[in-house]
Amino acid sequence: MNGPHDLGGQMGFGPVGPEKDEPYFHADWEKRALGITISCGAFGAWTIDESRHARENIPPADYLAASYYEIWIRGVDTLLERHGFATRAELQSGHAQQAGAVPKRVLKTEMVSGVLAKGGPCDRPVDDVPRFIVGEQVRTRNFNPQTHTRLPRYARAKTGIVEAVQGSFVFPDDNAHGKGENPQWLYTVVFNGGEIWGEGADPTLTVSIDAWESYLEPA
Amino acid sequence: MHDDDHDHSHDHDHNHAHGHDGDNHYSDMQARVKALETLLTEKGLIDPAAIDAIVETYETKVGPRNGAHVVAKAWSDPDFADWLKRDATAAISSLGYTGRQGEHMRAVFNTAETHNLVVCTLCSCYPWSVLGLPPVWYKAPAYRSRAVIDPRGVLAEFGLTLPEDKNIRVWDSTAELRYLVIPERPEGTEGMDEAALADLVSRDAMIGTSIARSPGSVA
Repeated sequence: MNGPHDLGGQMGFGPVGPEKDEPYFHADWEKRALGITISCGAFGAWTIDESRHARENIPPADYLAASYYEIWIRGVDTLLERHGFATRAELQSGHAQQAGAVPKRVLKTEMVSGVLAKGGPCDRPVDDVPRFIVGEQVRTRNFNPQTHTRLPRYARAKTGIVEAVQGSFVFPDDNAHGKGENPQWLYTVVFNGGEIWGEGADPTLTVSIDAWESYLEPA
Repeated sequence: MHDDDHDHSHDHDHNHAHGHDGDNHYSDMQARVKALETLLTEKGLIDPAAIDAIVETYETKVGPRNGAHVVAKAWSDPDFADWLKRDATAAISSLGYTGRQGEHMRAVFNTAETHNLVVCTLCSCYPWSVLGLPPVWYKAPAYRSRAVIDPRGVLAEFGLTLPEDKNIRVWDSTAELRYLVIPERPEGTEGMDEAALADLVSRDAMIGTSIARSPGSVA
């Protein structure tokens, strides 16, 4: 979707403003927000792709005003309600009012180190061979789905070069919507700055994205 | 609010003056997250002690010292550097750094000709297993919007000015590959051991918003 999250090339946000000796957390609630987000992810009820899409659906004015941990909590609220773990009334009151969905697992203390060390690999085998080869010129498709995609707007309908075939991975555009993992080959595609930004582009700039095979066409 | 304003507990009020239905509880994140944790604990869906363990992991165990170790070893051991280029996931795993948001690693090497810079324009993808939790600026709109179109302007805000003829390669982390920049080894570091070399490698140098320090500049 062309949501507020798709920020590449937008303007007006001011300087980056790195913070000297930045702490890991700026408030205690951020610690709890991190832990809640990971703990709820461990339910096994939704995928990382669905959770990203939940965040992308935050209304733009709210998304752009929120810190990232707030974005996470807004996403978690959406997912808890959608998957029946909590009602809107419960989320607003902060107390349980009725039984809800039962998760596949609840993350207990003794499971934490193992779960974090294992992560969630998302490479998957596919039967076909890669359609494109290293060095081949390709063009990204031009589409504007209302659903989840990982092809940024700035990189649509652009011509670049396949720099690497990175393996085959879960296809987020389907997986975010419960349509299955449907793995595809993934390519690193590199574009000249001028191809993306046109007049006035930095002549020393190249930008790459990691693109699933169905994002690409021969050029 | 994304940078140096630590008073995050009340800084979203302005955003809800017009009231999206049901969103008002986000005006106080401390209270909001406390209510969510209470609800989920009452429902048996989370274990608060597991949240403590998650926070402790990222405050004390998983952070940029992991990545600095990888870089120092790459500088010291040509075979390891070669392994990193071919299979970064395996090479990094051999040092004990695995897991969440580091499942599929790629190492990109700065050279005399090219400087690498990593961003996630679509969300906040970041190599947690080697760099820990991302800084606030990495997740905020200013960096995510500008890194791909004006990397030199961004780098200047970090105090880094590259030669005009140096190529800049920006890696947009649009898939599940996580990128670690291997900075150039500074001059004057011959004979230094891995531990001393690692002290020259900041988190930002492994994102690409900085370079490795020269030995003389370390306090």
